[in-house]
Amino acid sequence: MASLRRETGAESAADGLGLSRLIPFGAFAPRTALLDREPSALAAFVSHPLTLRVLSALAICLAWEGAARIPISFAFPTFSATMVALWSMIADLSLVHAFAITLQPLVVGLLISTVLGVAIGVAMGLSAWVQWLVSPVFIVAQAAPLAALIPLIIFAYGIGLTAKTLVVCIMAMPVIVLNSYVAVRHAPVSLLEMGRSFLGGHRQVITRIILPAASPVIFAGLRLGCAAAFVGAILAELLITPVGIGDLITYNRSIADYPKMYAAILSIVVVSVLFIELLEVIEVTVFRPEKRARA
Amino acid sequence: MTIHAEPTTSPATVTDCAVELRGVSKVYAGGVHALDAVSVDFPRGRLTSLLGPSGCGKTTLLKIIAGLLPATSGEVLVNGKSVRGPGPERAFVFQDFALMPWATVLANVAFGLHLRGVGKAECQDTARHYIAEVGLSGFDDKYPHELSGGMRQRVGLARALAVKADVLLMDEPFSAVDEQTRRKFQEDLLRLRAIENKTFVFVTHSIEEAVYVSDRIVLLSTRPGRVSQVIAPDIPRGDDVDAIRRHPVYLDTVDTIWRGLKRYLD
Amino acid sequence: MIILGYRIPMAASLLVWGALWEIAGQLQVSFLLPPLSSVFAAMVEIVPTRTFLSALWVTGYAFIIGNFLSIAVGVPLGLLMGRSVIADRIFLPWVNVFLSAPLTALVPVIMVLFGLGQTTIILTVVLFAMWIIVLDTRAGMRSVAPSLAEMAHSFGASPWQAFRRVYFWAALPEILAGVRLGVIRSVKGVIIGQLLVTIVGFGALFQIYGSKFLMEEFWAALFILFAFAFLLAEGLAWLERRVDYYAASRA
Repeated sequence: MASLRRETGAESAADGLGLSRLIPFGAFAPRTALLDREPSALAAFVSHPLTLRVLSALAICLAWEGAARIPISFAFPTFSATMVALWSMIADLSLVHAFAITLQPLVVGLLISTVLGVAIGVAMGLSAWVQWLVSPVFIVAQAAPLAALIPLIIFAYGIGLTAKTLVVCIMAMPVIVLNSYVAVRHAPVSLLEMGRSFLGGHRQVITRIILPAASPVIFAGLRLGCAAAFVGAILAELLITPVGIGDLITYNRSIADYPKMYAAILSIVVVSVLFIELLEVIEVTVFRPEKRARA
Repeated sequence: MTIHAEPTTSPATVTDCAVELRGVSKVYAGGVHALDAVSVDFPRGRLTSLLGPSGCGKTTLLKIIAGLLPATSGEVLVNGKSVRGPGPERAFVFQDFALMPWATVLANVAFGLHLRGVGKAECQDTARHYIAEVGLSGFDDKYPHELSGGMRQRVGLARALAVKADVLLMDEPFSAVDEQTRRKFQEDLLRLRAIENKTFVFVTHSIEEAVYVSDRIVLLSTRPGRVSQVIAPDIPRGDDVDAIRRHPVYLDTVDTIWRGLKRYLD
Repeated sequence: MIILGYRIPMAASLLVWGALWEIAGQLQVSFLLPPLSSVFAAMVEIVPTRTFLSALWVTGYAFIIGNFLSIAVGVPLGLLMGRSVIADRIFLPWVNVFLSAPLTALVPVIMVLFGLGQTTIILTVVLFAMWIIVLDTRAGMRSVAPSLAEMAHSFGASPWQAFRRVYFWAALPEILAGVRLGVIRSVKGVIIGQLLVTIVGFGALFQIYGSKFLMEEFWAALFILFAFAFLLAEGLAWLERRVDYYAASRA
């Protein structure tokens, strides 16, 4: 059987640790019982999802440390030095103060963008003339590099909370609006008919069927909007106003204290990832509890 | 077995009709002529099937009866009154189950009651009763994705039963499950009919299914849908449900219908 | 949108907004908003100038190289991740982190390591564009129906043949979707790179016009950039539609 022989050839290359069993798609791994082998315990441990995650994180940290010691560049501090710098910035509260400043326009702007954005998006999904009027604006905004407007806004409205909140809003809203619109339009038709057949009123159908059905895509939009909001906040700080995290980054770069600069960058990346994870938790808890059961 | 070549409007004194259709036509935007002057009666307490080839408009007709689609012309009378939209005396069972994936079985079954403003405790009690009736006790807190296709349809059925409507409209309810489950459902439907005193309107494309469960079968022709025949097979439905499929009247009816429908296929 | 029975295209609402802008500009509601007509006049003026053309060249150069790199690295990585569960488990968390992290914060790192030249800008473009390409390519690979894979295998296709003739085409709609999104992000990337790193290209134009409050010229340059980004996105969407006819029936 020629095909079986070919399988063995492809299999042996990948199968040193019996890992071919873990590859899901048919042509890359033989599915016949004859060639299935139980992976050894070690192989099973190594390929376990948690192990892989920990290993890859460790590998990155070690690579970072090693590369910095070569050294790749005088401006590339070691992982350990960055961690020390991070700890010192937390200890002397400079990091905390910086975040207090940076997060203000971010949180306010995100809240406004969420409320307004979802409302506009849902309205667009439900009403043809709202969609006609408003969607070209957001479609253009979505494709365009809005970052170019940031210096302008700062020039025009100063460096206060208002201006920065405005920056966060214009960065976050297009994707939230468009995602909400698409989500509402894709609400399953048979669920809508079901709601009507059981005498659901207009508002009941919207709140009990359309919104829950749309919530996954809406929340995906919120997560993207959150990332865009962070970009806006940091960009505003890096470009013009020397405050908050942006200030920590530029100041430490200017005095060549690279461990602290990297530490500040790492901290803002971690915080943004945490925010996005938080959104996912809210979605699962409040709107789509079956996702928890599914996971 | 009685076959009427023309659809008859039975005299109102014999059995009164839960649903009557008078000259219902449906033309979609774009000129698609789905239904043409359909006049049919659905006697109270009986199970009437709408049977026909694909595209004959049977689901359209069912949705017009349910009030989910407006008829272009003609009247739909439910309990003697003309209706244009959904109403509390009719309940719909969907082909693709139409369950809300984010809600538990209990919440799904209680949905119709909830929309009508029934109190929470009463909702849940009624829902639990009907969940038990369709054989899903113990699955109250499960989500739809944790259930098989057959179980999901039973949730849909329980939801429709829970609102205690007079007329139960079923849109090919068993077509999305496998053959064995389907047969089981057909048997369960017969049992349900014996317990619940409702009028059933049942859309199917399966001849055997229609003859198995129905008191009356309305045959629709291909587009534009018209009533071509009304058949009322006289099959005794005693305790032995398996015997029905071997009964000579059953076999003859299936045969007659199939020969008639074959002419419509290319 | 239908008025009096006539279907009105969506783009027509842009005309409504344009009219509003013109009115607001003429009424001098804000110095930030010059009348739309003068913006168009400025557009005609600045395009043939040398400053503009050199800005276009500098920006375009970084843009094209950056996108080329993103696709050349991103598509193979996505294919690998879609095919191998091990690679997927190793790389996916990082791809997700990079996708949702504020990439702008990483630009200073690139600046510090690679200097203040075009290299950094190109790397910024890659940083912005690559992850969505990886993710969508991976999704495309994973969505190849197992039965298609088995079909190729049953007819005796070698891995390369199977890839070239079946998997690539099966995954192509998603790959194109990812490239389209990547290109849109790369436009943002090149601008942000130019604003932060070194003031060249369009970044320089915006800086000059903005600091001197030459609003007509500022909006003109912005419009041209927006139009370019939009046309690019539409062009790629057209390409996507060309393969769309089989996208829905791949299962």
